Amino acid sequence: MTLFIMSWLSQHTLTLITFLPLAGAVAIAFLRRDAVPAIRRLTLATSLLTLLLAVQAFLDFSLDHPGMQFEENYSWIASPPIHYHVGLDGLSLLLILLTAFLTPLAVLASWESISSRVKEFHLFLLALETGLIGVFVSLDLFLFFIFWESMLIPMYFLIGVWGHERRVYAALKFILYTMAGSALMLVGILYLYSVTSTFDLPVILGALPSKWRSLPGSAEDLLFWAFFLAFAIKVPMFPFHTWLPDAHVEAPTAGSVILAGVLLKMGTYGMLRFCLPLFPHAAREFAPLVSVFAVIGILYGSLVAMVQPDMKKLVAYSSVAHLGFVVLGIFAFNMSGIEGAIYQMCNHGVSTGALFILVGMLYDRRHTRLIKEFGGIASQLPVYSTFFMIVALSSLGLPMLNGFVGEFLIILGTFRARAVIAAVAALGVVLAAVYLLWMYQRVFFGEMTNEKNRSLEDCTAREKIILVALVLVILLMGVYPQPFLRRMDSTVTRVIRQVEPSTLALKLPAGRAGRCR
Amino acid sequence: MTTDLLRILPETILAGFAVLVMVLEPFVPTARKTLLGWLALFGVVAAGGALVQISLPPGLAFGGSVQSDSFSFYFTLLFIVVAALSLLGSFDYLERDNISRGEFYALMLMATVGMCFMAASTDLMMIFIGLEISSLATYVLAGFKRHDARSNESALKYFLLGSFATAFFLYGIAFVYGLTGTSNLLDLGQRLAPPAQAPTLARVALVLMFVGLAFKVSTVPFQVWTPDVYQGAPAPVTALLSTGPKAAAFAVLLRVVLSALGSSSGLAFWLVWVSAALTMCMGNLAALAQSNIKRMLAYSAIAHAGYVLVGIAAAVSGDGMEGSPSVLYYLGAYALMNLGAFLLVAHLAGTGERATEIEDLTGLAYERPGVAACLTVFMLSLAGLPTTAGFFGKFYVFRAAVHAHLVGLTVLAVLNSVVSVYYYLAVVVAMYMREGKTRASTLKVPWPLRVALAASIIGIFYLGLFPNHFLFVTNLRDAALLFTR
Repeated sequence: MTLFIMSWLSQHTLTLITFLPLAGAVAIAFLRRDAVPAIRRLTLATSLLTLLLAVQAFLDFSLDHPGMQFEENYSWIASPPIHYHVGLDGLSLLLILLTAFLTPLAVLASWESISSRVKEFHLFLLALETGLIGVFVSLDLFLFFIFWESMLIPMYFLIGVWGHERRVYAALKFILYTMAGSALMLVGILYLYSVTSTFDLPVILGALPSKWRSLPGSAEDLLFWAFFLAFAIKVPMFPFHTWLPDAHVEAPTAGSVILAGVLLKMGTYGMLRFCLPLFPHAAREFAPLVSVFAVIGILYGSLVAMVQPDMKKLVAYSSVAHLGFVVLGIFAFNMSGIEGAIYQMCNHGVSTGALFILVGMLYDRRHTRLIKEFGGIASQLPVYSTFFMIVALSSLGLPMLNGFVGEFLIILGTFRARAVIAAVAALGVVLAAVYLLWMYQRVFFGEMTNEKNRSLEDCTAREKIILVALVLVILLMGVYPQPFLRRMDSTVTRVIRQVEPSTLALKLPAGRAGRCR
Repeated sequence: MTTDLLRILPETILAGFAVLVMVLEPFVPTARKTLLGWLALFGVVAAGGALVQISLPPGLAFGGSVQSDSFSFYFTLLFIVVAALSLLGSFDYLERDNISRGEFYALMLMATVGMCFMAASTDLMMIFIGLEISSLATYVLAGFKRHDARSNESALKYFLLGSFATAFFLYGIAFVYGLTGTSNLLDLGQRLAPPAQAPTLARVALVLMFVGLAFKVSTVPFQVWTPDVYQGAPAPVTALLSTGPKAAAFAVLLRVVLSALGSSSGLAFWLVWVSAALTMCMGNLAALAQSNIKRMLAYSAIAHAGYVLVGIAAAVSGDGMEGSPSVLYYLGAYALMNLGAFLLVAHLAGTGERATEIEDLTGLAYERPGVAACLTVFMLSLAGLPTTAGFFGKFYVFRAAVHAHLVGLTVLAVLNSVVSVYYYLAVVVAMYMREGKTRASTLKVPWPLRVALAASIIGIFYLGLFPNHFLFVTNLRDAALLFTR
């Protein structure tokens, strides 16, 4: 019997990882409202167990296998044919690991700061984790869309109920922006279905190239934009970024961590998973345009971050810049660009998540995030300021820390594809140093001008655990990126072969690379 | 003859119980009128049992005026569910407002009989009679709070505009009969041959009938009565009005536009296309501005009629095999979520329906978390978020539309459904995200209403997660007689 259960579990690893948090949420629903410690512990235990399973999947992941691993495929709805089809490749593996890593930290970060409606908070947090992991593992477009949309509801409540002053506005803006984008994606999905009669991504990928001939010439371009807009809003790319600062500033710390750490990656994930492989010609055609907007995002995000009086808003705008780098890397269509982009997705998740947690810790103590309220607190909070320094340096891409690897690869890749744009984007690296270090200087150095800061207390044991975990990962990813990069090799090769056959396989007849209409 | 009678057994049972309730009414003491309600509910359940038990092969009855097939089976089942849930939701409402009388229950049953005949008939005269039966019953129901000015206003408006609409419909039938010598939709196919050269009068007839039905399903520009009537009528009646008669009128519309009359020209398609576009946009934009939850739901009902019309447009321009089932599914899903929402609003409004502003719901989630959670489910389903029936309904309709190459209309529809998220979430915002003491009724939810709510919530998730189990019912392949082209 045990053997049977073990083998069942090993065959359904992904389903287990995806739905374990939801099971935890259901269990919490049955707990008493005032059993606060039990609720927190159960949430933490569930999310840690999920992390454990994700790490196990990371270790079990085979390096040579080019396709999907841990695949599960069952029929769910017969007509229209919709399958519960999930699988893991190098891209989704890292993202579910990131999700599973950040969720327990988010739970720990809200251990003391969330004191009202604790039950619902943790319920939504766990439901959100299931939604996010589901997005990354779905291989059926319908299933993907279900997860993509349903993850909005817990996030909406997290911002709207536990957020700060303008929470209702921020929550509505967040949900409306995202839904506007995904509405068009739904039409795109339906159109793909009407062309190929399936929602199964691998099948569509196989069938689509032979169908373009029979479709109107603009079909691929329109489909590309229908998908791309949904993802661009999620990333968010300039000029669709305006929901992000509002959502970040108003969300509770845990919400910001998940929002910046994982949610934004749904957009870049979608570009890699759908836009490039499904619509390679359109992707190539519009790559210069997309790159220009990515660079605008980098510069604009950095410059606006520089002048923010609010630390959380500064971090939020820095996300716009960082994600601009990711998009740039993706649309370079070469090995280092895309690998750098995927790596940077994880880096940004860890570093920006850490920055939000750090700002949240300060907010818990002083109930303000304004830079001018602080100054000279380094002597008061030595441990805290050390951690803040490491994380800030990781975020601005100091060598030996994780951010460097990703940004370096992206700029290298972009340079090969579009040298001028790479040169401009490199300015963003300098600007990142400016806004982060300047903020650091104003908050931590100098004389302590505000008397209220004299009574600040340094990190508690719980906070140290969170920060040590984050810094360890930052160092590991900075010093030893190989295990991560190697796991995405075959996936990235596949994506590049799909979008730009010419760079990889020069042996193929030249005609295949051109626009075959 | 026996088969003929068996084919209309559910309707006969409903009508029989309606008469029985009326006969027993004088003998039941005033305090115990709810007993009559339970009797009516028993009648509805019996009709449902009869419907499921009789398994006759699809066919015609009474000289081709009634057709029983999976199409009529589906709609009869839908009306029976709607009637049962509305009855469950009205017992305590009527007691609370001191208007518990036997007529109410009898009229509910008669309205249901009318709707069943609308969906099952293939003869335009028979459809008209069904329309009249259900309309007359619902006019009275809308004005059932005789001492309430808004209820009277509601009944009067509904009556005047409703009669106007049925007159249009009847005028259309007269044209059809004058032109072809038959009022049977199935025979039209032969009489109008060759369909390619349909005379102008056939188009006039089509437009007239479309206008009549457009009033009933409240599509733009014939929707003006809807908010006032929905707001003024007793809330359980509104629950019925916004689902049952609407679905019945859509059933007739589907039959008319798919008959030889509709397929004879592109006119039917463009009528449906244009009114779908207008109805969605107008309904959603107007709903944005509402502060009263009943009015908001009324405009949302208009918007949903627009989505259904998208499905009908797909049915008209395609072969009907994808559009029609999507319309049927949508109407079922919509009925469940809208009924649930209105019944809950009826409860929350308190005695005399005092608290029907969205603001009145402020802070409800902290006093009645269960009730707030239920209302949230209804709102999210109406907004079309995944794992609910509302999502799959929209998905199914949009899929049919894209398949019929109506990409432009689909884009308009999805953008509209994004707009709708805003006003549905306004209710959630009030309940969960604003602080304050709620003015809505915080009384315990009476158990018949609990049953009704539980049934609609289970239905919403069941249809949303396992639409497959349900789609076989809406599989219209054996309803071949419907598609006469």
